[in-house]
Amino acid sequence: MANSLLWAVDIFGRVYTLSTAGQYWELCKDRQLEFKRVSAVKQCCWGIACDHQVYAYVFSSDVPIRYQEETYENQRWNPVGGFCEKLMPSDRWQWSDVSGLKHQQLDSFTLPSPHWEWESDWYVDENIGGEPTEKGGWTYAIDFPATYAKDKKWNSCVRRRRWIRYRRYKSRDIWAKITSHDDPKQLPDPFSDISVGGWEITDEPVGRLSVWAVSLQGRVWYREDICHQNPEGSLWSLIATPGEAVQISCGPYDLLWATLWEGQAIVREGIDRNNPQGLSWTIVEPPSSENGILHVSVGVNVVWAVTKDRKVWFRRGVNSHNPRGTSWIEMVGEMMMVNVGLNDQVWGICCDNRAVYFRQGVTPSELSGKMWKAIVAGRESDSSQTSSSTSLLSAGCFFSDDIREQTNSIIHGDADVSSDTESPQLDPHLAEMPRLGAVASTSGNDTGSQPAEVSTKLAADPLDSAPREASCASDDGEKAGLEKPTSTADQGSQPAELQWTNIDLKEALKKPLLSASTFTETSSLSSLGMFSVGDEEHYGADEHPLWAWVSGGGCLVNSHSTLKWFTLQSGLLPSVQSLSLSISPAQTAAWRKQIFQQLSERTKRELENFRHYEQAIEQSVWVKTGTLQWWRSGKPHKWTDVRVALEQFTGNDGIRDSILFIYYMDHEEKKYIHVFLNEVTILVEVLNDAKHSFALYTPERTKQRWPIRLAAATEQEMHDWLALLSMSCCESRQIQGPPSHQAIWSVTCKGDVFVSEPSPELEAAPHLMPCDQMFWRQIGGHLRLIECNCRGIVWGIGYDHTAWVYTGGYGGGFIQGLASSADNIYMQSDVKCVYIYENQRWNPVTGYSSRGLPTDRYMWSDVSGLQECTKVNTKPPSPQWSWVSDWYIDFNVSGGTDREGWQYAADFPASYHGHKTMKDFVRRRRWARKCKIITNGPWLEVPPITLWDITIIPSSATSEEPIALWAVSDKGDVLCRLGVTLQDPAGTSWLHVGTDQPFVSVSIGACHQVWAVARDGSTFYRGSVSPKKPAGDCWYHIPSPPKQKLKQVSVGRTSVLAVDKNGNLWYRQGITPSYPQGSNWDHVSNNIRKVSVGPLDQVWVIADKVQGSRSLSCGTVCHRTGVQPLEPKGLSWDYGIGGGWEHITVRGNATESPKAALHETSEEYSAKAPAVETEEHGGKGDHSKGMLLVNEGQELDGNAVSC
Amino acid sequence: MTDDKDVLRDVWFGRIPTCFTLYQDEITEREAEPYYLLLPRISYLTLVTDKVKKHFQKVMRQDDFTEIWFEYEGTPLKWHYPIGLLFDLHASNTALPWNITVHFKNFPEKDLLHCPSKDVIEAHFMACVKEADALKHKSQVINEMQKKDHKQLWMGLQNDKFDQFWAINRKLMECPPEDSGFRYIPFRLYQVTTERPFIQKLFRPVAADGQLNTLGDLLKEVCPAAVTPEDGEKKNQVMIHGIEPMLETPVQWLSEHMSYPDNFLHISIIPQPTD
Repeated sequence: MANSLLWAVDIFGRVYTLSTAGQYWELCKDRQLEFKRVSAVKQCCWGIACDHQVYAYVFSSDVPIRYQEETYENQRWNPVGGFCEKLMPSDRWQWSDVSGLKHQQLDSFTLPSPHWEWESDWYVDENIGGEPTEKGGWTYAIDFPATYAKDKKWNSCVRRRRWIRYRRYKSRDIWAKITSHDDPKQLPDPFSDISVGGWEITDEPVGRLSVWAVSLQGRVWYREDICHQNPEGSLWSLIATPGEAVQISCGPYDLLWATLWEGQAIVREGIDRNNPQGLSWTIVEPPSSENGILHVSVGVNVVWAVTKDRKVWFRRGVNSHNPRGTSWIEMVGEMMMVNVGLNDQVWGICCDNRAVYFRQGVTPSELSGKMWKAIVAGRESDSSQTSSSTSLLSAGCFFSDDIREQTNSIIHGDADVSSDTESPQLDPHLAEMPRLGAVASTSGNDTGSQPAEVSTKLAADPLDSAPREASCASDDGEKAGLEKPTSTADQGSQPAELQWTNIDLKEALKKPLLSASTFTETSSLSSLGMFSVGDEEHYGADEHPLWAWVSGGGCLVNSHSTLKWFTLQSGLLPSVQSLSLSISPAQTAAWRKQIFQQLSERTKRELENFRHYEQAIEQSVWVKTGTLQWWRSGKPHKWTDVRVALEQFTGNDGIRDSILFIYYMDHEEKKYIHVFLNEVTILVEVLNDAKHSFALYTPERTKQRWPIRLAAATEQEMHDWLALLSMSCCESRQIQGPPSHQAIWSVTCKGDVFVSEPSPELEAAPHLMPCDQMFWRQIGGHLRLIECNCRGIVWGIGYDHTAWVYTGGYGGGFIQGLASSADNIYMQSDVKCVYIYENQRWNPVTGYSSRGLPTDRYMWSDVSGLQECTKVNTKPPSPQWSWVSDWYIDFNVSGGTDREGWQYAADFPASYHGHKTMKDFVRRRRWARKCKIITNGPWLEVPPITLWDITIIPSSATSEEPIALWAVSDKGDVLCRLGVTLQDPAGTSWLHVGTDQPFVSVSIGACHQVWAVARDGSTFYRGSVSPKKPAGDCWYHIPSPPKQKLKQVSVGRTSVLAVDKNGNLWYRQGITPSYPQGSNWDHVSNNIRKVSVGPLDQVWVIADKVQGSRSLSCGTVCHRTGVQPLEPKGLSWDYGIGGGWEHITVRGNATESPKAALHETSEEYSAKAPAVETEEHGGKGDHSKGMLLVNEGQELDGNAVSC
Repeated sequence: MTDDKDVLRDVWFGRIPTCFTLYQDEITEREAEPYYLLLPRISYLTLVTDKVKKHFQKVMRQDDFTEIWFEYEGTPLKWHYPIGLLFDLHASNTALPWNITVHFKNFPEKDLLHCPSKDVIEAHFMACVKEADALKHKSQVINEMQKKDHKQLWMGLQNDKFDQFWAINRKLMECPPEDSGFRYIPFRLYQVTTERPFIQKLFRPVAADGQLNTLGDLLKEVCPAAVTPEDGEKKNQVMIHGIEPMLETPVQWLSEHMSYPDNFLHISIIPQPTD
């Protein structure tokens, strides 16, 4: 789990962060400013500084924030000058946007704020729709506006080209002032509260945020257009409110609450993807009328509030459909404020001691949690200081009266309050405390350290109307505080400058007034924290920081997190505690070495000369029996109860072998089948909601595409059997310990990771080992993709795009105990979506409705329409998964959707499009729900950038040299990992490699040849990549195969193969050392999903459809046979394990075959193999060679893992 | 590739080549040939000597064939000590095979316990396992186990099934992640030179200052005499499973990896051989 940060502000306005893995509050890197409020999310933090300006702190990242500006240059042909800038009067501007409607010259583009810089000058984009254009990047057409082609024809009268320029956001890891371009008259008055959230309202575009702010006049503002590429947003828009707002809180999703002066809360309704600002407010009354709501904080499904008497309240029954909730529940504890962060976790600042408290035990089923626990983490600066703090409590009791008197006097006597500064404990430095404007005014004139602006404004503040009203009411001291805000609320027309000082007064007044009203002693303690002990020096030395504000919006805590916040630890530096892949000292310790050495000496001494002695205990047969269910291989195919027995015996050589017997009844007759476990090639867990089942393949069963399927009654029982069977398989093959560096890794579509040890015969003809004989064993973890090299460096990517690095361990998952390494196994989690479809048909009466024709599919179905899938009956993929979100409409569907997520078509099943036309009679929309798996395996997360693709150089010359590793982020950025070595396979940082468009695939060959594929299907070769220049210099656009768009590329030693979006596999011809780009694409095969080219130029693929003797499989591992230096495309396919396989990497296997054998067989193959192939696939056209044969009519249910 | 798991295997598959000779005074019908056997270090004499019994039964009169007991160089061998411990304690640094004398007559009542059946060994073994878990986990782990798990531990030992045994024993060797070790380390310290059969005390794997206690720390606290002084000559060998771990070895690691199947660390302290 990546570390995340809890943000907090102490009473001096200093901003601190506390890492979920840390034990110390760390001072924010940018310490220039003091802050009143902060609101954090994962990627940034917004705050209001003491100058009442809004600042955004965007975390630095290896990937820059870039924005592409574009403009078009348009030209028309005339007989005199050819193409020239002179356009017809009716034409568009010479420089325009893509539509031609807007005039945009190159110099009209300016940077939006000082926080941006240009990356380079303007240049012409020479890529059109994935195809390189001829020089100059011109595209031609008959006239504007029209479709443009890259070729100039006789009738091409106009042409245009696209200029692009990137700007880059540079103000990262510092507080960047949010400048406003708004009309000065419309400018918001100074802000008093801010809240950031809303990133889950929509999945895309990534990085969209809702930033809400409250100004001193009580108005609510919404910041427009904040997204990943525009972290500052563009302008503030005013959102009308029913009263004057004081404070606001925005959840990650559509929950937004604010508090009003009058003590009620207002709830925003109608916030959704199309309308992130929402539509209207509704009012929620406070728990009791005498104590209004002071502060509110919201999460996804929770609302917490603090009332004026400092009591904490939890709102019951809050969700998207009912953002108001139903009723208040009083919680234990008295808090200054509470803040709801990620996962609906809650933090608060306690009234008594101003410590930050964490609410323990908050889970989706128990959102209110169990108890408050104080965070006692020290500050970095504290670690050396030991001075004991003066007893806060006694100090508070002693001074509480003075304080009250003094602050009350601010209410009564308005201007001359400095005379009240009698208490010797009140230090002039008090004024530095950000939110204590009132007190500041008492001493403001004597202090030089106070910001001049504040003091002067305070001094200038007439404070006439408000104090007068307050003193009118002050014969009843209790009412004063409550009425005071009301009075200010009436003064909405006051100038902004005056207003904001008022607000500070209110802030300061509220507390003492409260202490005067409801309870005298205890709550005055809270004000004590702010007033009485104000000596900064003193606090600097204090072990116990006093906090003013906390924000957990970027802090991810879940039930598995182990936090070190609650105990004070000394000595260890935070950095020491971070997980590290380097070998721990214990493993290298001398004592350990000596034990290993002595044990082997002992064995030698005591056993070597006596092996002929008889063993005291005869090795007997050990049998495990049990009852399972078996998917009958004969008709009728159904689950049948069977008795199973695993007989384990040990041969004289000490090697164990086992036989699995399955006893069943067939027509009243007892029968059995048996499997020798040394023939089993793989055991695959097949989890679905109905059965705890697993499949068992042998080479024969792989050929049939018909495994033995067994099911157990419980998950535990299945795991017991699987663990035992897989241990027996490994034992009989004498495989133990971690996979070798040569290992072939693969991933199923369920995310299970399998690894196979390649034998030398795998790539060495003539006695090529068929790949259905490969033995696969499972490694714990859940991944979508895995890549390795022959030095043992392995990386994976999860379904949630998290990057993981292999730790060198083995086991994990259900493989526990002895078959699993003790070290190097860590918790891993992954998140994916389950999709269901809502289908509707149009009828003349009611329009689109959920009443279909009798022949229609289910109105709630899976993608095929064959299976009914309602929101209620759809379960997570297996019991290992649990829901982590509610159902939401998915707008990220190919073909596009309308504003409500609908896709239209003439009829089911058809191709859907995102807008309604006259001919559309049906529509559907996709609902998604996120689910999460928690498992473990030999993987460590590589935060923070999430990835889409990854590649590692197959080998490198020396061990000291950093290993080249490239990746594509899930946003499409191309990245190059620095510092990857054998000692540190995770590397140190990413180097961003600029591209003009998002990428999807990258691969690096043995000689640093880097090929990559962009999202639009265009292919690029990266020039000049070398160990000295790891990122190379520039991209060369490679034309795609005719009419095809590529989607994945893999580069071996010299071979380059690519897969297009239609499943064709292409080989790049004509690559030479002097011309590494090659000349053209040569077709190899169809029905290919993914390709992996290894360091021997061996070609392995995941094939889409493979015909077995009994069943068809999708997602099958296939090996290209007959690949020779002179025949790099190979000859035919050898079919391995499948279906249900998603990814394979053979880039670790560099076990070279003997040269002689190679030569000899190349002839043999070229003579024999094509003959066989033509026989099988004759008459299929010129692509028949090595084509994957498909027969659609076959039954698919024999497959263990269906796609 | 060395892994801590390999230590478990090495410990389990430790074998001592042994030559069983019938005591000269035993009355036989024919001459009794010596019998050679590889004894598992981690097992018990009476559990693995069925073959020895059968061998000598053939040459003896039925009447004289009573309860078997073993002796090495005049010392009766306690069957309730693991074989490896007996060997380390009495016969280490001697030539192999280990010469054990087989007796039927004159059972040394004051030195040995009777072992009428394998149930007695099982009872003794399980009692040790339970005692060890009481020290390690306040008996929480062993009490949570089912009867069949207890049986599997015993059957694993009896049939020399490493996997069968460790599938269960692994749970006994776990400690909660928030603790850095067991509550107390189950160990017994044996010396031939003293009358006392063994020393057993409460000893924590982690010192008060958070440092891991080592084998050396344990000896210093429990049996200071066995520790070689800084500058002094080494007088004793500290032996577990026939090897001398360094005194820097953490006892928690030793307990997890080098305990006998009864979950105790049996440590022998024997005089340093003079040659």
